[in-house]
Amino acid sequence: MHSLMFFELARRNVRLHWLRSLLAILGIIIGVVTIVSMGILGNSLVLAISDSLSTVGDSVIVTPHVGGMGFGGGSQSSNLLSDRDVEQIRRAAAPHVAIPVYSGSSRMKIGSEDTVGTIYGLKPDDIPVLLEVEQGSYLRGASGAMVGATFAEENDIKVGSRISLGERGSVRVVGILKERGMGFDINPDFGIVVDDQWFSQAFGQDEYNQVIVKVNDLNEIEEVKDSIDRTMNRKETVVDVIDTRAILETILTTFGQISTFTTVIGGISLIVAGVSILNIMLMSVTERIKEIGVIRSIGTQRKEVLRMFLYEALILGLIGSFIGGALSIIGGYAVSMVMLQTTEYLFVPSSLVYIVYGVGFGLGTSLISGLYPAWKAANLNPIEALRHE
Amino acid sequence: MEEAINPECNGDTIIRFREVTKVYPLPGGDVVALDKVSLDIREGDFIAIMGPSGSGKSTLLNLMGCLDTPTAGTLCIRGRNILGMSDEDLTVLRRDYLGFIFQQFNLLPLLTALENVQYPLILKTGSRECMERCREVLKAMDLDESLFLHKPSEMSGGQQQRVAIARALVNDPEILLADEPTGNLDSKTGAAIMHLLDDLNRDRGKTIIMVTHDPSIAEYAHRVIRIVDGKIS
Repeated sequence: MHSLMFFELARRNVRLHWLRSLLAILGIIIGVVTIVSMGILGNSLVLAISDSLSTVGDSVIVTPHVGGMGFGGGSQSSNLLSDRDVEQIRRAAAPHVAIPVYSGSSRMKIGSEDTVGTIYGLKPDDIPVLLEVEQGSYLRGASGAMVGATFAEENDIKVGSRISLGERGSVRVVGILKERGMGFDINPDFGIVVDDQWFSQAFGQDEYNQVIVKVNDLNEIEEVKDSIDRTMNRKETVVDVIDTRAILETILTTFGQISTFTTVIGGISLIVAGVSILNIMLMSVTERIKEIGVIRSIGTQRKEVLRMFLYEALILGLIGSFIGGALSIIGGYAVSMVMLQTTEYLFVPSSLVYIVYGVGFGLGTSLISGLYPAWKAANLNPIEALRHE
Repeated sequence: MEEAINPECNGDTIIRFREVTKVYPLPGGDVVALDKVSLDIREGDFIAIMGPSGSGKSTLLNLMGCLDTPTAGTLCIRGRNILGMSDEDLTVLRRDYLGFIFQQFNLLPLLTALENVQYPLILKTGSRECMERCREVLKAMDLDESLFLHKPSEMSGGQQQRVAIARALVNDPEILLADEPTGNLDSKTGAAIMHLLDDLNRDRGKTIIMVTHDPSIAEYAHRVIRIVDGKIS
């Protein structure tokens, strides 16, 4: 019941000085909205990035080593992997599947349109491991091709269309691939996939550009990577081995840091709001020194005075934080729309949790800002306070 | 709260000063506000403290009001030595056994007349169910009921002082401490307030200690204590 009375006194004081209370509340609102909007933006960014990446980080990619090798550089004639290399990698990676990939680019003619696209050569058996078909079927015959979703859309390619690669020959489209997103291994969205033997003949290339190892168990990814590295790079560095999980983690960590950074910038505005609460609370204490002397002399304990002033900060914080929390949804919507052109990452728990953080930080800032003025009020000497005019 | 009564504090005195000294340390040298003052006040006394400004009468009243503690000596309030008591205990003592009446009324501006009277009662009992008692006390102070819900700023000085006395009385304290209770009132209103205090002393046996510099006000008291340079003369 004590508390109710002190709360009531605090409430009336906030109302009496409604203008400056309003300004302090406005500060908190701005602080909370900023911190939450920035948090939501950062989180949406991370979600958007991870959505656009095809891989869940379950592959090890082996590419020929590029870079200075010293004189007489190694037996590798070019930056390609031979059948022997592939076989070694396959053994090192067992029992996980190793998929050798040819890749190149070529001028292509679709109908009367000329364009340039990426072309991948894969063993027909390996294709379902890496890619999903959207329309039509997987490769069967040697002169068939599967077309990436974006490439198909941009060039109006349908199942049954014919793509001419000039003197290299032509292929008939048997399937359209599902959109895969950006990958670290291959990016078939902007190209076509053909049979490996057809590729080898057409491009006169019998060595591979990379080998993708699909690791079934994510916990083994490190082990597979090390095993390949040991086998292949025993004497000199022949291949570069990267695991997509590590890259993915690095990317997500980086964006996570960017997100934290933007949130911290939002936090600065909350600190400013805290200072304004500190300021008006100190004013409130100074104006009411005599009143504090009176209530202390008629039997109010120090801790009760402390509570009364903390309630005042709490009222400002509560109103500001909750209005700020509500407005944050609009703020988050706005920044998502402007920065990402989508709000699909707004109403997900990992974004909405920033509202809880924001409200929590708003309340915390208000209480911390109220602490010193309240402490000051509680520890006034009652006699001196009474004498104060 | 009730602990063993200090042997020095026994007897039928409600307030006892024994060689009480109060020194205020100041940068320019210590100031002795009270110099070995000894004084007994019995229950039911009505005492006026008089003296020139700076003589130590406020210090005396502050000590009786447990707002301050002596530098040396024994000061017993209701049989307990307040020297060495914690701030929390002193605050409880003020709340439950002492009533304060100020020259400037000192009502809380945010509260209505009735709420001002309720305040100490809620502090003590923690209950808000005390409207009846507060109304009675206010009525006994001859305050018009239409003013109960008014803020102090909407009342005259005399009305405010009546509310202030009601506030001082609501916890039924044994001792009332009044610092120039009529100092801010015209003589007619002042006389009415003094009649109220006189009634409280006569009919309800309240011990009243009042600081004043007005001899006509001091006449209401049974005993006048004159203090000069920190000593009772």
